[in-house]
Amino acid sequence: MDLLLHQILAGLATGGIYACMALAVVMIYQAIDHFNFAQGEMAMFSTFIAWQLITWGMPYWAAFFLTIAISFAGGVLVERIVFKPIQNAPVLSHVVVFIALFSIFNSLAGFFWEFTIKVFPSPFPEWLHIGTFIGAHQTGMVLVTLVLLGLLYMFFRFTSVGLAMRAAAQNPESARLVGVRVGWMVALGWGMASAIGAVAGMMIAPVVFLEPNMMLGIILYGFAGAVVGGLNSPGGAVVGGFAVGVVENIAGTFIPYFGSELRLTIALILIVGVLMIRPSGLFGRRTVTRV
Amino acid sequence: MTMQTDMTHPAETVQHQPRRLPPSGHLAGISIRGWRLIWLLAGIAVALALPFLVKNFTVFQLTQALVYAIAILGLNLLTGFNGQFSLGHSAFYAIGAYTAAILMDRYDVPYWATLPPAGVICLAVGFLFGLPALRLEGLYLALATFALAVATPQLLKFTPIEEFTGGVQGIVIMKPDAPFGLPLSPDQWLYFFTLFVVAILFACAAGLIRSRTGRAMMAIRDNPIAAKSMGINTSLYKSLTFGVSALYTGVAGALGAIVVQFVAPDSFTFLLAITFLVGLVVGGVGSIPGAIFGGLFVLFMPNISESIAEDVKGLTWAIYGVLLILVIYVMPTGAAGLARLVAHRLVRRG
Repeated sequence: MDLLLHQILAGLATGGIYACMALAVVMIYQAIDHFNFAQGEMAMFSTFIAWQLITWGMPYWAAFFLTIAISFAGGVLVERIVFKPIQNAPVLSHVVVFIALFSIFNSLAGFFWEFTIKVFPSPFPEWLHIGTFIGAHQTGMVLVTLVLLGLLYMFFRFTSVGLAMRAAAQNPESARLVGVRVGWMVALGWGMASAIGAVAGMMIAPVVFLEPNMMLGIILYGFAGAVVGGLNSPGGAVVGGFAVGVVENIAGTFIPYFGSELRLTIALILIVGVLMIRPSGLFGRRTVTRV
Repeated sequence: MTMQTDMTHPAETVQHQPRRLPPSGHLAGISIRGWRLIWLLAGIAVALALPFLVKNFTVFQLTQALVYAIAILGLNLLTGFNGQFSLGHSAFYAIGAYTAAILMDRYDVPYWATLPPAGVICLAVGFLFGLPALRLEGLYLALATFALAVATPQLLKFTPIEEFTGGVQGIVIMKPDAPFGLPLSPDQWLYFFTLFVVAILFACAAGLIRSRTGRAMMAIRDNPIAAKSMGINTSLYKSLTFGVSALYTGVAGALGAIVVQFVAPDSFTFLLAITFLVGLVVGGVGSIPGAIFGGLFVLFMPNISESIAEDVKGLTWAIYGVLLILVIYVMPTGAAGLARLVAHRLVRRG
């Protein structure tokens, strides 16, 4: 029982990582109705920018916020330059362009910063840990995720831009008719997703170490979290992320081999399983399509 | 009422249909069909002559390009002709490769006899993966197969099956010599063997596309609802296509293992799946000969880019990415589409 409790707590701690990433996935899905397969690589690239700034002597929090700003601008730029021209293209084109971005960011990061592992600092003070199970960084990470979720909730619920974004995502034609600039709302969605990804990357890097391939496994768990929670529910994505972390830890402890060797297979099973049994996830709305 | 612009909306997918030439077109007094035959024969002649004209290593590379071409054709059957996505074909390639390697290493099966079992196993696995995939349309399928591709290397390292797979070390296999005392080097022989398999598989694919089944596949791509209302069993055809596509890629994997004489988990990462996708898009989505061009492209492009500028070493994947985006922008039908377009222009002028 003690072991189970311990594993659940540890799972929640790693779940914080996935929750962060799942939040970014859902953001972009809300804005453009697509998964961004390059999301993880974009987050990794942002984290490298932060690392570079810190290495140049910038204090952590200054680098943190500057990176968020750069990532936001980068996300908007990517949308304007790469995706706007093909917004009406078939879905295959989109998937191909996501994969193209994936390879570009991965390769560029390797080119600029090389494939050696780098240590990324944690900004959280020692006293933040909870008991002996959850370290200071994990606690901080969970707090940051929750704050982020709160901010997003308030943004979408109480600001007019947030309302316009929701309108643009749900019904672009009608939104345009009432004067919402749908194109810019999509760009804004990209910027926000990229910024959230940057936060996730900077939170994750102290745990997994910084290198160009660090995100591949994590983005998969991020997707799993988003799918479990429901792709159109930011809150669901966070819950999904935590749930996935717990499932991973418990399966890893109690099913032989799973923990060390088949971590990614758990994500695969979760994704396929949830998509088959309940495609809208735990908290998502079912989408109805008129044909 | 929630209305959404659906990703599989029929009107969007139609654009992918290759542009057909007018059947009556003539160029320099030879009909289009005649030109096609000429190109085909010229291609075969070049393919047969090449291994005697170039270095052994180049022959080896050409063989690999042919292997990729088969895998890309497999992906093309799924994506180009049936409208389903897969970012996970590296997994089927891996299954084929491991089947061949294990059969040769542990059971002393001759190399040529490993191709059918590799194909059949992949057909079964692909069909089974295709079943749940039926419920996953468009992007969701891309996501599920993405997960499959990312998880594959770990699955191959799984300890309980290490006895068969060789774990992280992988399996080393022997390169076969030319049989019947033919005066060919092992590389040349493997090239011809691969070419033979390519010929069979490409002919089968062309036949499949032209058949009733092929028309059903394309009908599902163009408008699933209309296809269904015409009495096509969409779920059966979709999972079957997934299976056949996996079969092609599995045979390619088996051949690939024989050609490089080695399989290891980390050769079958997500990057391999990207490689196939690049070949598919550059060669031409929905074009059978395009797959050959795609195979050649993904094999030789890295070498070419590195020979142009020494500094870009390591940037190959970035170049791939930029190229992918450019192709999607300027010629979404790939090299095959470009060729068709050029022919079209010439015919009009003539």
